[in-house]
Amino acid sequence: MKGRFSWFNATSIAFGFAFLYIPILLLVIFSFNESKLVTVWAGWSTKWYSSLLENQGLKDAAWVTIRVAVVSATVATVLGTLAAITLVRMGGFRGRTLFSGMIFAPLVMPDVITGLSLLLVFVALGMDRGFWTITLAHITFTMCYAAVVVQARLQDFDKSVEEAAMDLGASPVGTFFQVTLPIIAPSVISAWLLAFTLSLDDLVIASFTTGPGATTLPMKIYSQVRLGVTPEINAISTILVGIVTVGVLTAAYITRRQTNKAELERRRAFGAAG
Amino acid sequence: MIARPRDLRRWYVIGAPFLWLLVFFLIPFFIVFKLSLSDVATAIPPYTPTFSFSTGIVSFFSQLDFENYSFIFSDSLYINSYLSSLKIAFFSTILTLLVAYPMAYGMARAPKAWQPTLMMLVILPFWTSFLIRIYAWIAILKPEGFLSIFLIKLGIISEPLQIMNTTTAVYIGIVYSYLPFMLLPLYASLEKINPSLLEAAQDLGSQPWRSFWQVTFPLSLPGVFAGCLLVFIPAVGEFVIPDLLGGSDTLMIGKTLWTEFFNNRDWPLASAVAVLLLLVLIVPIVLFQRQQELEREAGR
Repeated sequence: MKGRFSWFNATSIAFGFAFLYIPILLLVIFSFNESKLVTVWAGWSTKWYSSLLENQGLKDAAWVTIRVAVVSATVATVLGTLAAITLVRMGGFRGRTLFSGMIFAPLVMPDVITGLSLLLVFVALGMDRGFWTITLAHITFTMCYAAVVVQARLQDFDKSVEEAAMDLGASPVGTFFQVTLPIIAPSVISAWLLAFTLSLDDLVIASFTTGPGATTLPMKIYSQVRLGVTPEINAISTILVGIVTVGVLTAAYITRRQTNKAELERRRAFGAAG
Repeated sequence: MIARPRDLRRWYVIGAPFLWLLVFFLIPFFIVFKLSLSDVATAIPPYTPTFSFSTGIVSFFSQLDFENYSFIFSDSLYINSYLSSLKIAFFSTILTLLVAYPMAYGMARAPKAWQPTLMMLVILPFWTSFLIRIYAWIAILKPEGFLSIFLIKLGIISEPLQIMNTTTAVYIGIVYSYLPFMLLPLYASLEKINPSLLEAAQDLGSQPWRSFWQVTFPLSLPGVFAGCLLVFIPAVGEFVIPDLLGGSDTLMIGKTLWTEFFNNRDWPLASAVAVLLLLVLIVPIVLFQRQQELEREAGR
């Protein structure tokens, strides 16, 4: 078992990953297909990518989507980090169960319920529906994912480091910015990236909360998918898959470098002491 | 009690996310409930003004209108949608578990050097657009799609398969898109199991299969539980998968709600559908929250 795969384990992993990746690979490969038919190969071509560039509606939708994702991911990361600190460091307080319920329930809540209920709030508040209502809706559900990501890291690290800083006279706010935040930084970055991709991805909640003039990329893709499979959608999908892949690899790289650095520093500290 | 400055700071940290979720997550449910008691109208927004509390308690109760609910219970379309959603979600959760368990087990037993890479390979599709991953299956499952072409070439079938626009396609779609949600908690709980426990079982003469059922499986139950809830709850209210893969044959409540809202513009009825869906899901959601809290406490 140590150092190599057993026959059974290797097979189940291989089948699992084949199942997960073959559909995406087929989609990517056929975005470079010459033919308009997406299941019959007729030679390499990048023409569907150049036709994307001429599609003004798609470009507008992409721009709306990116702005929504950047704004909502940023606010959601701040709120999510505060929520994670509340869950891990604040101990018991009145309303704690309610609070943790409101963090965990949105993770599993069906999108149709979240979308409908947010829309009704915006109507009740008399807000004009469009860019900002989508953004507010996205902040609400992505902040819970951000909270869970940051919470996992906060739980892992030793609280005594923070206590030491405070014993040495640092204020709680100073301790947070000088001790806690640098340690949890990789998870905060991951949280931002996750919030960003979730926002980029969302169809249902955005459809409920949008108004005239604000069409996001998933809404655009969805309306075209309903009409059938086209190589153009394959091309736009491939671009989105590419962006997410680069994002995930970057996040993994940052996390790994950070852990290696921490490990190295720990070894040095012990080396100096010994 | 007068708050000391330190307490005040504490309440800033707690208060910001707390207030946000109260306004945009909790209170909205009450508005949905309130709207579910009103009538549809041709107006903007498309419903009659609902009851108000200003006119006294007696007239308040006389204003309540359960018409939408009685309509839902009298029309078999809605009842069948709920039942078929629960059935589809239940069986696809079990299927997902059956696919994910051997894979998570294999990953947890893989060489340590491989594990970060394998984890990343699971996370990558989890982060990739849901809509795109469902779309990818249309090209595979449609009658002239990849699967039929492949199987005809192999000589296994002679006629194209009719999977697209059936419930089978919905099962495939749910298992595929929710697989990472099952894998991650399963892997986390399997990876934590101390290998010396299995060695001990082996030393005491237990067969591998028996050690699995008596040692490994019981210890992985928290992961099984978390994974099943993470798949089951959202799957009940799923909209995109039945809409794109299931065709008109597949009844699911998320799709019914969407149709009421967007096609029939009946906001009050859509709200009543949402309230009943939430009532069905409240128990699994509370279980999920408690499980997450326990996990968090065990993690300290």
